[in-house]
Amino acid sequence: MNQTNSRMLLIVFVLAAVIVPLVFASGYQLFQLTLVVSYALSVLGKNLVTGYGGQVSLGQGAFYAVGAYTAAILMEHFNVPYWATLPVAAVVTGIVGLALGLPALRLGGLYLALVTFAMAVSVPQLLKYKLFENWTGGVQGIVLLKPDAPFELPLDADQWLYLFTFAVGLALFIAATNLVRSRIGLALMAIRDQPLAAEAMGVELAHYKTITFGVGALITGVGGALGAISIGFVSPDSFSIALSLTLFVGMVIGGASSISGAIYGAIFIVFVPNIAEQISKAVPGAIFGLILILFMFFAPGGIASLITAQLRRLKAVR
Amino acid sequence: MEGFLHQIVSGIATGSIYASISLALVMIFLATHQINFAQGEMAMFSTYIALTLIQAGVAYWAAFVITLVLSFIAGMVMQRTVLEPLARAPVLASVGAFLGLLLIFNNIAGWIFTYTLQPFPTPFGAGAPILGGLLSRHELGSTAVTLVVLTAVWAFFRYTKLGLALRGAAYNPVSSRLVGIPVANMLSLGWGLAAAIGAIAGMMVAPIVFLDPNMMGGVLLYAFAGALLGGITSPLGAVVGGVLMGVIENIAGAYIVGTELKLTTALVIIVVVLVVKPSGLFGKPLASRV
Repeated sequence: MNQTNSRMLLIVFVLAAVIVPLVFASGYQLFQLTLVVSYALSVLGKNLVTGYGGQVSLGQGAFYAVGAYTAAILMEHFNVPYWATLPVAAVVTGIVGLALGLPALRLGGLYLALVTFAMAVSVPQLLKYKLFENWTGGVQGIVLLKPDAPFELPLDADQWLYLFTFAVGLALFIAATNLVRSRIGLALMAIRDQPLAAEAMGVELAHYKTITFGVGALITGVGGALGAISIGFVSPDSFSIALSLTLFVGMVIGGASSISGAIYGAIFIVFVPNIAEQISKAVPGAIFGLILILFMFFAPGGIASLITAQLRRLKAVR
Repeated sequence: MEGFLHQIVSGIATGSIYASISLALVMIFLATHQINFAQGEMAMFSTYIALTLIQAGVAYWAAFVITLVLSFIAGMVMQRTVLEPLARAPVLASVGAFLGLLLIFNNIAGWIFTYTLQPFPTPFGAGAPILGGLLSRHELGSTAVTLVVLTAVWAFFRYTKLGLALRGAAYNPVSSRLVGIPVANMLSLGWGLAAAIGAIAGMMVAPIVFLDPNMMGGVLLYAFAGALLGGITSPLGAVVGGVLMGVIENIAGAYIVGTELKLTTALVIIVVVLVVKPSGLFGKPLASRV
């Protein structure tokens, strides 16, 4: 397969991913697919930080929460239209990411994992705090209205939301792909694989790590804002440490050091719990844990690397 | 003034429980340069085992000892089966494995023992507060137990041949192997010890906070903060840091931010330590050879 062919294939695939659900999926299925896109963006942010940047972040759920609450507060208290909340959510989470990443990234290694873990654990408490209650709605959270399709398009709310989320997601995935292929991406991978050599070649470690952490937080934040808009509700307890752990599972299972891995991971974390929950409420978590350990042992590159290996084998046969 | 003194004394009591978890974390960090994110859930699971034994009619201290032995064995088995094979893998792999264990313990506990809060018995009796109303019997008893444990651990590392071998294996595995120390066994032993210390902390904290699968979330965060505050490379620092965190928690809760921001306090302390003095109060600065 040459490059033009594979690009054509990709375009066909993307078009199918838009059109098929719009035509055939029910409202609830569309909602689930919208969630997949929202989670895929969050996992993508994590992939940039962890998979490409080599920095273990456990607090992506916190950035997701910041993005979601930024969108919700803007819509509820300032009557900002839903689409206009996305850039604001991006900027806010980017800044929060930079501020929190700076001290920990200087030290690197497990310190970042610790700080981000602490962050993820304390987020629900901060959201419930009485001083912010006027803005965040405290324990109650904020209920949002589902936006309707504009320009009198013949789409219902669920269909429009899927289309909108998909478009935003596609744009950010393309941007991330370009980022990874750019100078910054090369510098990052050099830092991840050979920190010493990279530094000797004049790559500024702290500089690039911090930028990536900020960009990762930003993308996750947009994912959070889209999640809030499509669920139509934010509350402190939906952003507990469990969310961060779920996103971590999504990252590992999809494949941390790949862009497409974020999509596989998101599909996994949206659909597998639904299936597993039919057995017991506690089962999805336990299965997530078990699968996490199994992937660490047998497929550290995640589903993305399994697929690449398969494709390569097919090519070799031909 | 009386109130302030009370906050400090009871802060030391809960702090000593944090201190034992901090110590368990530091032990594993020194031996393997990994941070055990599952330490809290392991302790919680051990506490459920103790509760099951007590409810089945086993006497408290017998249940206590059986739980310690079981936790010790479980810790060793986990090190052997899950962590050892990943020892040379990138950081992400070990963090992933720890988070996997965390998820498994937390959810299996919820599955078997349900998510309802359960009271956990104290062996020290209820009764009126003692020492002029400063401390409950349980707080005094649990502090005493933790002090005994910490002293025993210190004496073990300082005075026994096995303790020396363990320190050697952690400090310089290659040379230790050359002088005939079975390094792999030592690491399992360290894990067993850490699991057992965690189990004690779980059984001591459960009568105060009640037992449920998420019981250790806050405790673990405070233990992390304590370990960093004292210096992640120093066992003594971990103990001091843990106790300090107990006191800070009470003072901040009573006079500064209120109890609603308990966890955020720990986050702030972690960030402040990392910005101001990353090696903590007693730790050595980490340097890497270039």
